[in-house]
Order: sequence, then C-alpha cells, then structure tokens
Amino acid sequence: MTVGTVNISLADSLSAMSGALFGEPVAAQIHLILVEIRLPRILLAILVGAVLASTGAVMQGLFRNPLADPSLIGVSSGASVGASLMIVVAGGFVETGALMGLSLVAVGAFVGGFAATLLVYRLATSDIGTSVTTMLLAGIAIGALAGALNSLFSYFADNDMLRQISLWQMGNLSGANWPKVSMMALVAVLLFSAFPRDSRALNALLLGESEARHLGIDVQRVKRRLIILTALGVGLTVALAGMVGFVGLIVPHVVRLLIGPDHRWLIPASAVAGALLLVVADSLARIVLVPAELPTGILTALLGAPFFIALLLQQRREL
Amino acid sequence: MSMCAENISLHRSGFDLLRHVSMTVEAGKVTAIVGPNGAGKSSLLRVLTGEMQASKGRVLLNGRTLSQWPIIERAQLLAVLPQHTTLNFPFTANEVVGLGRIPHQTGSATDAEIVAQALKLVDAQYLQKRFYTQMSGGEKQRVQLARVLAQIWQPCPGEEQFLVLDEPTSAFDLAHQKLTLDIVRQLAARGVGVVMVLHDLNLAARCADNLVVFDGGLIAAQGSPEEILTEQLIQQVFGVKAIIDRHPTTHKPLVITE
Repeated sequence: MTVGTVNISLADSLSAMSGALFGEPVAAQIHLILVEIRLPRILLAILVGAVLASTGAVMQGLFRNPLADPSLIGVSSGASVGASLMIVVAGGFVETGALMGLSLVAVGAFVGGFAATLLVYRLATSDIGTSVTTMLLAGIAIGALAGALNSLFSYFADNDMLRQISLWQMGNLSGANWPKVSMMALVAVLLFSAFPRDSRALNALLLGESEARHLGIDVQRVKRRLIILTALGVGLTVALAGMVGFVGLIVPHVVRLLIGPDHRWLIPASAVAGALLLVVADSLARIVLVPAELPTGILTALLGAPFFIALLLQQRREL
Repeated sequence: MSMCAENISLHRSGFDLLRHVSMTVEAGKVTAIVGPNGAGKSSLLRVLTGEMQASKGRVLLNGRTLSQWPIIERAQLLAVLPQHTTLNFPFTANEVVGLGRIPHQTGSATDAEIVAQALKLVDAQYLQKRFYTQMSGGEKQRVQLARVLAQIWQPCPGEEQFLVLDEPTSAFDLAHQKLTLDIVRQLAARGVGVVMVLHDLNLAARCADNLVVFDGGLIAAQGSPEEILTEQLIQQVFGVKAIIDRHPTTHKPLVITE
C-alpha cells in the first residue's frame, strides 16, 4: 500500500484506511490513491496470482505432466486473439467503451479464451472419452493458429494499437478497480470451493485414467468440471490483467518440489504462493521505474525464473 | 457369486481380439490366464474390468453387469493392477498405497494402518518414505501391488471381492515371485476371487485352481492345471516341445521345455 509513484508513509496509509472504514475525513488525494487505485490493485494481484497458480496445479495434475500450464488448453492464446481483435477492430472505442467496468478488450479476451478451450475440448473428446494427449496437441495447434492471427492483427494495427496489444500481452494490473476485483473474487471463491472436492481424484489421476477409474473415480466428469473451471478462471484473469505468464507454470512446480505432489495441499499452497509472487512482482513493477510503471508480467518472469533455476540446481546437488 | 465373462467377442479396428470367450472367476479361487503374446489375455482383462466395452457378450460381477454397479461400490470390491503404471510425480510409497483407500471412508488412522500393513506384506516396509520416482522397477511393482491390496484389504459386507492382476510378477526376482503367489493364495483363502495373467507356466500351475489357456483370441483349454496341461496342448498353443512332469514336492505339473 505504501509503495508507488506517490510516496505515502505507512502511518498515513493506516490512518487513511481507518478513516475510510470509519468515515473520517482524509486528504482527498491520498484517499483516492489508496482506496481507488492501490487497494483494488493489490487485491486483484492476490486473486489473479492465486487463480493462475492453482489452476496451473490442477492442469499439471489433470495432464499428468509437471510442465503443463493453463495456456496449454488454449485459454491464453484464445484470449489474446480476442483481445487483439478488439484492439484492432474496435480501436477508438477501447479507450472510452466500458461495459460493467470491463473494457471491450477484456470481454474479447474472455470470450476468445472460453471459445478456444471449448474448441480444444471438443476436438479431444470422442465416444471413448477425452484424450489428454489429443487435447495437448489440439492446444498446441490452436496456440499456433492464435499466434498467426495475432501477428495478422498486429500487421494491420497502427502504432498506437500495436503498443496496446504488446502492453496487454505483457500482463498489467494497472487497470484494477472495484468492479474488476469483485468479479475476480466471485470466480476465485467458486474455484476454491470446488477444487478441494476433486483433490483426491487428481491424486488418483496421476496414476493414469484407467487406474483412477478402478479407484472409483468418475474420470470423465472430474475432467470436464476441472477444465471448465480452469477456462473460467484463467479466461477471466487474462481478461482483467492481460497475459501474466509464468505464474501458472512455475509456482505449482516450485511448490511441488517443496511440499510434494499431494493435491490436497498443493492447490491451496500454490494459490498462496502465486498470490505472494504476484503482489511482490506488482509492487516492484510500480516502483522500479518511478514515475513510470513496468508491466507486471515482465517482473513475474524476472523474479520467478532465477528462483526456479536456483531450486533446480539445489535439487540436482541433493541427488 | 463370481465374476463372469459370458460369450465375449471384441472387435477393434478390423481385428477380432476375442472370439466367444466364456469364463468364470470364482470367489475364493485363483484363476490364471496364460497364452502366447497377443493371444487376447490382456484384452480379456480389459473387458472384465470395464476398460473396454465388449462388442458382444456381457460381464457379470456378483450377478450385475459392470455398468449397473455404481462406480464407487465397484471400486470397493474390484481392484485392478495393470501391467504398467507410469507415475512421474514424486509421491512416497505411503502416498501411492494410500491412493488405494480412496473408495473407502474408513478414516485416516485406519487407512494409515492398512497402508503400513500392505507395504509390510509385499516386503516394501523400507520404502515407506522413499519417492516412487526413485525406486527400481521391482520396487515400483511391489508398491503398486500393495496399493491394490490396500484397496480390498477389508472384506466388503455382503459382496465377494475380486482382484485382477496383469503380469504381477514380471519385474520380480525369485523371492518376490514366490511372495506374490503366497499373497494371492492367502487372499483366495480369505474368499477373494483372483484372476491374473502369468507368463511362467510353472508359476501358474503351482498357484492356480483354474487355468485358462488363450490362443488367437479363443480359449484353447480351461480347467485345473493337472487336467489340461499336456505336451500336446503346449505344442499346439506355443509351438514348443515340452515334457510335463510332476514337481517333486508339490506334485503339481511341471513344464520342462526342450
């Protein structure tokens, strides 16, 4: 709360916060910065980080691949196409047009992400069930297609649009406001009340799908439920905060190295770690280039990658 | 009650994998399936366990078809050990065996006790805290065996239980092969119906009450090992000349190949 382009001391922050709570008058500017800009931004960072990291853990379990990531099922690529399309097509309106506090870009991203996931899921589902391998391949194909479409939009975009597209692809929490926070919170609550129910099913799925079935798990239903929840969660984060990479892939991986692969602990621990990483990264993003700001996505990767490499090195020494 | 395959035929991509196969796995008995590679042994296990849908015929588990069983209840009485299980995540042996308790609501204290006993039974106590990903092939197979044993550790009131094993001894040394067969006999004595695919005819002859010989998707012979193991059958099914003798101490058939 205290860090940012405008310096506000901890004491001032605290008094401003309590003032906001109890209706006492505080300096208008400080109140504005804290309550309307910084607080929603921090809350959004927490929610986005938690959702990205926990859905990453779920996807890695579902695909039985520690290197899987929500972007593999097409959410992120679909969302980025939707967003780019909106930036290019709706160009001028993007600045002004607001729909329930969401910009057109966010709506485009959300719809694109959901559509891509549905497409990948349909491609991979036959009479026999959903094939995880086909789904991975379909996700990669859709990703390639989305990359091409993105390049196409960038080609037609003018300079200003191009900058918007690339900024958005780097992931940015600077547009946080209360409507966004409440939407994200709603989805996060939904996700975190649904995931614990499927934790043991995910543990069994690590053995393989038929093994899980023999352990009394309705594999098809669990898969469908988790994929839809992930598409919803990741689609919304991409819509609200752009492409914040790295969190969904690395956080669950690191947490697994630390506490093991049991999803009953892995999912909540990943959520906490993801929230922490994103809050720290976003706070740094706000101060390293004062008075300008860095896109958050750049910092998550800058912070997380060396940590991950250090962890790998340490693991190698232990073996 | 029993696990019963009735006139099963299985066609997949133009091939007849199984043709008119009927066999019964009785509770309290050990049934061994033998036959050359590609004879349909594993296909039959897949049909028996509901992993593949038979093109014709049906499977009855304690009098109800597989699809009539609610998935959880079925898991409480039918445990399946596949030939290979790939697990790339660093679970400890305790955690892997604990997965076998998923269908049950017995509480974590009971589950932990069962996990410890199952690991002890397969001589894998020392693996408890070790990571699955760092074990040898034989150790992994023993842990997986302990997992399916934990799944049917306690009798299921009112229902017979069954254990399906696909080549359970393939990665084992002599001592652990014998241990596995001893465990299987103990389970049968407790009333569990065991069906397993084996490659070693002598292990099968020593352990099985009922021996089923597959050849080309058909059952070539079934019955007690003493009745059906003949030099002629082995020549016909495996294309190998063999002498059938008696084991000096167990008096079970002993197949000696030339």
